[in-house]
Amino acid sequence: MTTIRIPTPLRAYTGGQSEVPVNGLTVSEAIIDLTVRHPAIKPHILQENGELRPFVNLFKGDENINGLQGLKTPLLEADKLMLIPSIAGG
Amino acid sequence: MSIVIPPNLLAKIHAHGEQAFPDEGAGFLFGKDGDARQVSAIYELTNAREDAARHNRYLISPQDYLKGELEAERLGLDVIGVFHSHPNSPNRASVYDRDWAQPFFSYVITSVYDAKAVESRSWRLSEDRSEFVEESIKEIL
Repeated sequence: MTTIRIPTPLRAYTGGQSEVPVNGLTVSEAIIDLTVRHPAIKPHILQENGELRPFVNLFKGDENINGLQGLKTPLLEADKLMLIPSIAGG
Repeated sequence: MSIVIPPNLLAKIHAHGEQAFPDEGAGFLFGKDGDARQVSAIYELTNAREDAARHNRYLISPQDYLKGELEAERLGLDVIGVFHSHPNSPNRASVYDRDWAQPFFSYVITSVYDAKAVESRSWRLSEDRSEFVEESIKEIL
Protein backbone atom coordinates (compact mmCIF):
# COMPACT_ATOMS: atom_id res chain seq x y z
CA MET A 1 0.00 0.00 0.00
CA THR A 2 1.01 3.59 -0.60
CA THR A 3 1.20 5.84 2.43
CA ILE A 4 0.10 9.48 2.69
CA ARG A 5 1.72 11.82 5.18
CA ILE A 6 -0.93 13.94 6.88
CA PRO A 7 -0.05 17.49 8.00
CA THR A 8 -0.60 18.43 11.66
CA PRO A 9 -3.82 20.44 11.19
CA LEU A 10 -5.57 17.53 9.49
CA ARG A 11 -4.54 14.77 11.88
CA ALA A 12 -7.66 15.31 13.96
CA TYR A 13 -9.52 13.78 11.00
CA THR A 14 -7.29 10.69 10.76
CA GLY A 15 -7.47 9.66 14.39
CA GLY A 16 -4.17 11.38 15.09
CA GLN A 17 -2.28 9.36 12.50
CA SER A 18 0.55 11.18 10.74
CA GLU A 19 0.69 8.55 7.99
CA VAL A 20 -2.26 6.72 6.49
CA PRO A 21 -1.93 3.63 4.27
CA VAL A 22 -4.13 3.82 1.17
CA ASN A 23 -4.89 1.83 -1.95
CA GLY A 24 -4.74 3.32 -5.41
CA LEU A 25 -3.00 3.01 -8.74
CA THR A 26 -3.04 6.79 -9.20
CA VAL A 27 -2.87 9.81 -6.92
CA SER A 28 -6.56 10.43 -7.55
CA GLU A 29 -7.50 6.92 -6.43
CA ALA A 30 -5.30 7.23 -3.35
CA ILE A 31 -6.98 10.49 -2.34
CA ILE A 32 -10.44 9.01 -2.85
CA ASP A 33 -9.44 6.03 -0.70
CA LEU A 34 -8.18 8.43 1.99
CA THR A 35 -11.53 10.24 2.04
CA VAL A 36 -13.42 6.93 2.22
CA ARG A 37 -11.32 5.80 5.18
CA HIS A 38 -11.50 9.21 6.88
CA PRO A 39 -14.57 11.07 5.54
CA ALA A 40 -14.20 14.08 7.84
CA ILE A 41 -11.00 15.09 6.07
CA LYS A 42 -12.74 15.47 2.72
CA PRO A 43 -14.06 19.09 2.96
CA HIS A 44 -10.61 20.26 4.02
CA ILE A 45 -8.77 18.86 0.99
CA LEU A 46 -11.36 18.66 -1.81
CA GLN A 47 -13.70 21.26 -3.26
CA GLU A 48 -17.31 20.36 -3.97
CA ASN A 49 -16.40 19.63 -7.63
CA GLY A 50 -13.85 17.04 -6.51
CA GLU A 51 -10.81 19.14 -7.37
CA LEU A 52 -8.11 19.70 -4.77
CA ARG A 53 -8.53 22.87 -2.70
CA PRO A 54 -6.08 25.54 -3.92
CA PHE A 55 -3.94 25.36 -0.79
CA VAL A 56 -3.50 21.57 -0.95
CA ASN A 57 -0.25 20.33 -2.44
CA LEU A 58 0.59 16.70 -3.05
CA PHE A 59 4.16 15.52 -3.34
CA LYS A 60 5.23 12.10 -4.55
CA GLY A 61 8.59 11.73 -2.90
CA ASP A 62 10.07 15.21 -3.28
CA GLU A 63 8.20 16.08 -6.49
CA ASN A 64 5.00 18.11 -6.62
CA ILE A 65 2.45 16.10 -8.62
CA ASN A 66 1.73 19.29 -10.62
CA GLY A 67 5.12 18.70 -12.26
CA LEU A 68 4.23 15.07 -12.96
CA GLN A 69 0.82 14.02 -14.27
CA GLY A 70 -1.27 15.74 -11.62
CA LEU A 71 -3.99 13.59 -10.09
CA LYS A 72 -3.39 11.01 -12.83
CA THR A 73 0.18 10.42 -11.64
CA PRO A 74 0.66 6.64 -11.31
CA LEU A 75 1.63 5.18 -7.94
CA LEU A 76 3.63 2.14 -6.97
CA GLU A 77 3.15 0.40 -3.63
CA ALA A 78 6.44 1.73 -2.30
CA ASP A 79 5.61 5.34 -3.16
CA LYS A 80 5.06 7.85 -0.38
CA LEU A 81 2.71 10.75 -0.87
CA MET A 82 2.86 13.89 1.23
CA LEU A 83 -0.14 16.16 1.66
CA ILE A 84 1.28 19.60 2.37
CA PRO A 85 -0.73 22.79 2.74
CA SER A 86 0.34 26.11 1.30
CA ILE A 87 -0.16 28.48 4.18
CA ALA A 88 -1.40 31.85 3.00
CA GLY A 89 -3.48 34.79 4.07
CA GLY A 90 -3.76 38.50 3.82
CA MET B 1 -10.99 28.91 23.80
CA SER B 2 -7.62 30.44 24.51
CA ILE B 3 -3.95 30.24 23.63
CA VAL B 4 -1.02 30.88 25.96
CA ILE B 5 1.85 32.86 24.44
CA PRO B 6 4.65 33.75 26.88
CA PRO B 7 5.59 37.47 26.84
CA ASN B 8 9.05 36.88 25.32
CA LEU B 9 7.52 34.98 22.37
CA LEU B 10 4.78 37.54 21.85
CA ALA B 11 7.54 40.18 21.79
CA LYS B 12 9.36 38.16 19.09
CA ILE B 13 6.17 37.94 17.02
CA HIS B 14 5.75 41.71 17.28
CA ALA B 15 9.41 42.32 16.37
CA HIS B 16 9.05 40.04 13.32
CA GLY B 17 6.05 42.05 12.12
CA GLU B 18 7.93 45.30 12.63
CA GLN B 19 10.98 44.06 10.70
CA ALA B 20 8.82 42.87 7.82
CA PHE B 21 6.96 46.21 7.58
CA PRO B 22 5.65 47.44 5.15
CA ASP B 23 5.34 43.83 3.95
CA GLU B 24 3.49 41.12 5.81
CA GLY B 25 5.64 38.84 7.95
CA ALA B 26 4.71 35.32 8.97
CA GLY B 27 5.88 32.21 10.79
CA PHE B 28 4.79 29.14 12.71
CA LEU B 29 3.72 28.68 16.31
CA PHE B 30 5.24 25.55 17.88
CA GLY B 31 3.80 24.05 21.02
CA LYS B 32 1.24 21.63 22.39
CA ASP B 33 -2.52 21.49 22.18
CA GLY B 34 -4.63 20.38 25.11
CA ASP B 35 -6.96 21.85 27.69
CA ALA B 36 -4.69 24.88 27.47
CA ARG B 37 -3.08 25.42 24.08
CA GLN B 38 0.47 26.58 24.78
CA VAL B 39 3.05 28.15 22.45
CA SER B 40 6.61 27.09 23.35
CA ALA B 41 8.58 28.41 20.39
CA ILE B 42 8.13 30.35 17.20
CA TYR B 43 9.64 29.62 13.78
CA GLU B 44 10.14 32.76 11.73
CA LEU B 45 9.77 32.54 7.96
CA THR B 46 10.33 34.69 4.93
CA ASN B 47 7.23 35.80 3.05
CA ALA B 48 7.31 33.71 -0.14
CA ARG B 49 5.14 36.17 -2.07
CA GLU B 50 7.40 37.76 -4.66
CA ASP B 51 4.92 40.18 -6.19
CA ALA B 52 3.53 43.57 -5.35
CA ALA B 53 0.99 42.02 -2.98
CA ARG B 54 3.57 41.38 -0.24
CA HIS B 55 2.12 44.29 1.72
CA ASN B 56 -1.26 42.59 2.10
CA ARG B 57 -0.60 38.90 1.41
CA TYR B 58 1.73 36.26 2.79
CA LEU B 59 2.60 32.82 1.56
CA ILE B 60 4.47 29.96 3.20
CA SER B 61 5.69 27.55 0.56
CA PRO B 62 5.10 23.79 0.82
CA GLN B 63 8.85 23.33 1.23
CA ASP B 64 8.95 25.77 4.16
CA TYR B 65 5.85 24.13 5.61
CA LEU B 66 7.51 20.72 5.60
CA LYS B 67 10.74 22.10 7.07
CA GLY B 68 8.73 23.74 9.85
CA GLU B 69 6.78 20.60 10.65
CA LEU B 70 9.95 18.48 10.76
CA GLU B 71 11.68 21.07 12.98
CA ALA B 72 8.72 21.02 15.38
CA GLU B 73 8.93 17.22 15.53
CA ARG B 74 12.66 17.45 16.23
CA LEU B 75 11.87 19.69 19.20
CA GLY B 76 9.18 17.31 20.44
CA LEU B 77 6.50 19.87 19.60
CA ASP B 78 3.70 20.33 17.06
CA VAL B 79 2.91 23.10 14.63
CA ILE B 80 -0.16 24.54 16.35
CA GLY B 81 -0.60 27.70 14.36
CA VAL B 82 0.60 30.54 12.21
CA PHE B 83 1.36 34.14 13.03
CA HIS B 84 1.31 36.98 10.53
CA SER B 85 1.15 40.75 10.48
CA HIS B 86 -1.34 43.19 9.01
CA PRO B 87 0.65 46.31 8.02
CA ASN B 88 -1.39 49.47 8.59
CA SER B 89 -4.53 47.34 8.99
CA PRO B 90 -6.60 45.99 11.89
CA ASN B 91 -5.77 42.59 13.37
CA ARG B 92 -9.06 41.03 12.29
CA ALA B 93 -8.98 37.94 10.08
CA SER B 94 -9.94 38.78 6.50
CA VAL B 95 -12.13 36.76 4.13
CA TYR B 96 -8.93 35.84 2.28
CA ASP B 97 -7.44 34.61 5.57
CA ARG B 98 -10.50 32.42 6.10
CA ASP B 99 -10.55 31.01 2.57
CA TRP B 100 -6.97 29.82 2.94
CA ALA B 101 -7.16 28.75 6.57
CA GLN B 102 -6.43 25.32 7.93
CA PRO B 103 -8.62 23.79 10.62
CA PHE B 104 -7.10 23.30 14.09
CA PHE B 105 -4.47 26.03 13.67
CA SER B 106 -4.44 29.20 15.74
CA TYR B 107 -3.98 32.25 13.53
CA VAL B 108 -2.31 35.05 15.47
CA ILE B 109 -2.59 38.38 13.64
CA THR B 110 -0.61 41.43 14.69
CA SER B 111 -1.56 44.91 13.56
CA VAL B 112 1.54 46.94 12.68
CA TYR B 113 1.11 50.67 12.10
CA ASP B 114 4.05 52.69 10.75
CA ALA B 115 6.49 49.88 11.62
CA LYS B 116 5.26 49.65 15.22
CA ALA B 117 3.40 46.53 16.40
CA VAL B 118 0.25 47.53 18.22
CA GLU B 119 -1.69 44.45 19.25
CA SER B 120 -2.19 40.74 18.47
CA ARG B 121 -5.41 38.75 18.35
CA SER B 122 -5.85 35.03 17.67
CA TRP B 123 -8.44 33.23 15.57
CA ARG B 124 -9.47 29.68 14.73
CA LEU B 125 -11.45 28.43 11.74
CA SER B 126 -14.88 26.99 12.59
CA GLU B 127 -15.40 23.34 11.73
CA ASP B 128 -17.72 24.18 8.80
CA ARG B 129 -15.12 26.68 7.48
CA SER B 130 -17.74 29.44 7.54
CA GLU B 131 -16.06 31.82 9.99
CA PHE B 132 -13.11 32.60 12.19
CA VAL B 133 -13.77 32.49 15.92
CA GLU B 134 -11.60 34.60 18.20
CA GLU B 135 -9.70 32.95 21.04
CA SER B 136 -8.18 34.92 23.88
CA ILE B 137 -4.41 35.31 24.12
CA LYS B 138 -3.05 34.70 27.62
CA GLU B 139 0.54 35.48 28.46
CA ILE B 140 0.72 33.00 31.36
CA LEU B 141 -1.25 29.92 32.38
